[in-house]
Amino acid sequence: MLYEVRMTTTYEYGRPAVGGRHQVRLMPAEIGGLQRMIAGTLEIVPTPRDRYDQADFFGNRTTGLVFAGIHDEIALTVRARVDRSAPPESLDLSPVPSALREEIEASRSLAANSPHHFLGPSPRVTPDPAVRTFAQAVARGRGSVVEAVSALNQAIHDDMVYDPDATTVETPMAEAFAARRGVCQDFSHIMIACLREIGVPAGYVSGFLRTLPPEGQPRLEGADAMHAWVSAWCGAKTGWVEFDPTNALRVGSDHIVVARGRDYSDVAPVKGVLWTAGSQKTTQSVDVIALD
Amino acid sequence: MRAEALQVQAPDTDSAAAYQPLPGIPDEMLDATGRIRPVWRDFIRRFSSMNPEEVIQRFARGDEYLRDAGVFFRQYGHAESPERDWPLSHVPLLIDESEWNALAAGMIQRADLLESIVADLYGPADLVAGGHLPAAIVAGSAEWLRPLVGVRPRGGHYLHFLSFEIGRGPDGRWWVLGDRTQAPSGAGFALENRVASTRVFSDLFAEANVHRLAGFFRAFRDTLDGLGGRDGGHPAILTPGPLTDTYYEHAYIARYLGMMLLEGEDLVVERGRVMVRTIAGPRPVSVLWRRLDASWVDPLELDDSSTLGTPGLVEAVRRGSVALVNALGSGILETRALLAFLPRLCEVVRGEALAIPNIATWWCGDPAARTHVLANAGSMTIGAALSTRPSIDTDDDIRSAGWMRSAPEASIEDRLATDGHLLVGQEAVTLSTMPVYAGGRLEPRPVTLRAFLARTASGWQVMPGGYARIGRSDDPSALAMQRGGSVADVWVVSDQPVLSDTLLPPRTAPYVRPEPGALPSRAADNLYWLGRYVERAEGIMRLLRAWHLRLAEAISRDTPLLTELRDHLASFGILPEQRIPDAIQRTLRSAIASAGRVRDRFSVDGWMALNDLAKTARRMSSTVTEGEDEARAMGVLLRKITGFSGLVHENMYRSDGWRFLTIGRSLERASAIASVLARFADEDSPAGGFGLAVEVADSSMSHRRRYAVSTTRETVIDLLALDTMNPRAILYQLTELREQIGLLPGATGQGIGTPLSRAVLQLHAGLAVKTPEELTSEDILGCRTDLGQVSDLLSEAYLR
Repeated sequence: MLYEVRMTTTYEYGRPAVGGRHQVRLMPAEIGGLQRMIAGTLEIVPTPRDRYDQADFFGNRTTGLVFAGIHDEIALTVRARVDRSAPPESLDLSPVPSALREEIEASRSLAANSPHHFLGPSPRVTPDPAVRTFAQAVARGRGSVVEAVSALNQAIHDDMVYDPDATTVETPMAEAFAARRGVCQDFSHIMIACLREIGVPAGYVSGFLRTLPPEGQPRLEGADAMHAWVSAWCGAKTGWVEFDPTNALRVGSDHIVVARGRDYSDVAPVKGVLWTAGSQKTTQSVDVIALD
Repeated sequence: MRAEALQVQAPDTDSAAAYQPLPGIPDEMLDATGRIRPVWRDFIRRFSSMNPEEVIQRFARGDEYLRDAGVFFRQYGHAESPERDWPLSHVPLLIDESEWNALAAGMIQRADLLESIVADLYGPADLVAGGHLPAAIVAGSAEWLRPLVGVRPRGGHYLHFLSFEIGRGPDGRWWVLGDRTQAPSGAGFALENRVASTRVFSDLFAEANVHRLAGFFRAFRDTLDGLGGRDGGHPAILTPGPLTDTYYEHAYIARYLGMMLLEGEDLVVERGRVMVRTIAGPRPVSVLWRRLDASWVDPLELDDSSTLGTPGLVEAVRRGSVALVNALGSGILETRALLAFLPRLCEVVRGEALAIPNIATWWCGDPAARTHVLANAGSMTIGAALSTRPSIDTDDDIRSAGWMRSAPEASIEDRLATDGHLLVGQEAVTLSTMPVYAGGRLEPRPVTLRAFLARTASGWQVMPGGYARIGRSDDPSALAMQRGGSVADVWVVSDQPVLSDTLLPPRTAPYVRPEPGALPSRAADNLYWLGRYVERAEGIMRLLRAWHLRLAEAISRDTPLLTELRDHLASFGILPEQRIPDAIQRTLRSAIASAGRVRDRFSVDGWMALNDLAKTARRMSSTVTEGEDEARAMGVLLRKITGFSGLVHENMYRSDGWRFLTIGRSLERASAIASVLARFADEDSPAGGFGLAVEVADSSMSHRRRYAVSTTRETVIDLLALDTMNPRAILYQLTELREQIGLLPGATGQGIGTPLSRAVLQLHAGLAVKTPEELTSEDILGCRTDLGQVSDLLSEAYLR
């Protein structure tokens, strides 16, 4: 599937900032065999004093920005053409959940895709007793890791109410879970916590969703802004499989990957330290048009 | 006579003879057969010959030094007395040079090994791929900093300064109890202990061939200079600030090595370079000896909740424009579980056995190790595998060891089976003992030794000495050390004469006067406010003295003059009804807080004087009575505060730092006099106002001498506003301000001057042309407003 992606994020400051330093992760990723960015630009207003592109530890396209002058607004615009295909359907070759640990230990790697990075606590996903009880109840008796992950994906979708007014980007995972409300970020963090609780390595994926569904299908939740979903390591043979708990889906060709990490803090679209005292307001518009 | 009698008794008796080591525990002074080890013999003979009075006298000399030097220890969680006296145990730990040399060789091997490991973990990770180190330990650690993976440090090395905590086990061999690789502390304290112990045992120290410490520090400073290269500016020390328990040490080392002491907010990253914000603009710095944990140094790429950091620092490291000592991420080597793998890693990496064993450790992620730990649980401690704190320093709760999946109430078997990868078993360690003087005799106490290593051009150098920590009781189990005790100097003793050494470089090259480094803006800001607060406190004291003197003589509290004075005080938030009003204590606290942030630039005497002043004021508040008594109390405080000012102005080098202190004082004084004159030297002032103004300005004597006639508004204005010879006059202080501001960086040279220098010039000229008759109270108040503007302009130009 070929897509035209266009996204603009605007930060308006209550009081002018005298400078700032940011890290931006907004450009679609390159994933061998599944996703290719044919062309892409990131436009920044005002023009930063320093701008550099690099790949972070997880291989995400990262742009560093330094603003030196006084400014009261930053606008970031992504334009990209992306070719995306769905991961191949395959038989469930994942081990029984109790055997996963041995497969993890057999991995002697610190590379970005090593399961070892995704098992322990990370800045935004830490153990929580309520999540533990929930995860253990859902996963109990499942015959394979993929089955357990799918069950949790569905259970979180069923149990949670999608409610953009219930949480903010700063709401802790446990709080969103207690309220059973939130958006894609909360759904994903909760699912990651559930998976780590049952010993399945799990990470956070940020990206875009196609705006208009194919004929005859419902419009997906989360298409108006950047989206987030979950990647789970399902054993050495199966590797990483992506799930979207907000829409109770296995990720296919409707999802365009931007960045992967342990949780939101690794992939935040715009991270930054700003020299201003005032508040700020964010607006975002996303259009993902299928071209074929 | 008595002393002689004591000496007649055999020299090995007294302290030494009464000394009883613990059964089965090795002792540093006595060997297994109970004989004094050769290295201790001379020392203990001399020590035994001292009578208790002499011992007490000698110890007092050391304590006095520590007190005068302001050595203190800050403890977390003790709000009421956060700084406690330095707990020096005066008898040093003596170690024979040959034993030390063997130990040093082993520690150098360990340092090289750790460098190889950290380079691998941030590079190819071959040790993990080869199965020599489990990936879980590295990836699970919060100290393995992903943004630094693949980044080669400037200069090529990750580690430059290390410390190892070592102890002697039951078999008499030394063991490593913990590695400090992130930001080791204690080297400065070791120096202070050395100075104190040489005060106590000056004669013994001179005769014993004790290795000196200064050469070690000089070599390390050379390393830091070398890392900076040609483009670098001076190396600096990066501290988390005065609230840290070891801040004193940071300031001490900065002073000792002549390095800038910086906090995160002093730094800014511009075009990939780290710059210090100074009063002369941003200046590059390319070597930072950091004394804070890596995760705090950059809120953009590391812990985003850090308020101590500098955004962009990691990017500067990535571009190789700055070296951090030690490299960001080297804290991974402190991971407790690593101790389980070091013996094997040494074989793999270096093809040799580990020369000094470390505390025996089993990582319970490994099934065989798990079985061993379970079988020997009785003689082990089970702790968090990923913790970076040595087990002897912490009583950690394994429930917070990581993402535990076993139930909190589970048995140890279940915990190990489910969460083994988060746990380690460590052999319970006992330590050797050393003599401590307590209750008039020597008693054995368990001891550990912190040794320090610095990388130099010719490889690792071990500090010939260290920092000994001594347990509080005679419980020799290593765990007992947590409860804190005392510290001691460590003497490495040679049987040959040693070179006496100081930090002074050998005289080979002609003398070059070093350029003073630019003053960081934050330091300037604190010195400026220190000057203002001290002057403000003095002004308040003078006003209050005047109040109480008049109150003592007045028939009523409501005379026009007292009412006017009360209003004046109230306008500054000073309540004369309070005994030693809060305003004084508040102002002194602010002064101390400002001084506390520039300890590295501020004399110890000045610091002590300031603290003494605050203490006196606090004490007096509960004892003085209104009137004459409190007037006298103010006199005492005034003498103390002038003592402080004298210290500063007599002794402080006329650097830019002194200049900001002086500017602060002049500005505050001019402003205070202006407000007094506007109120008490006005045509409408109540009777006695003129005299009060002259008294508050401490100019009664000058006034009598210059104006034999009666006190009039003109004489008061002339002496306190327009006199250029009276340091209490506004114009005098404006002259001082004009001069000092003119000497600040960037103040002159462009012809027309800066907004700041123009403002001061205008203010000065405006007052200088006036006669006493012309100068109205409005003019004087205008002067005060203009001074506020000068302060703002100064802040804008230099202090942010």
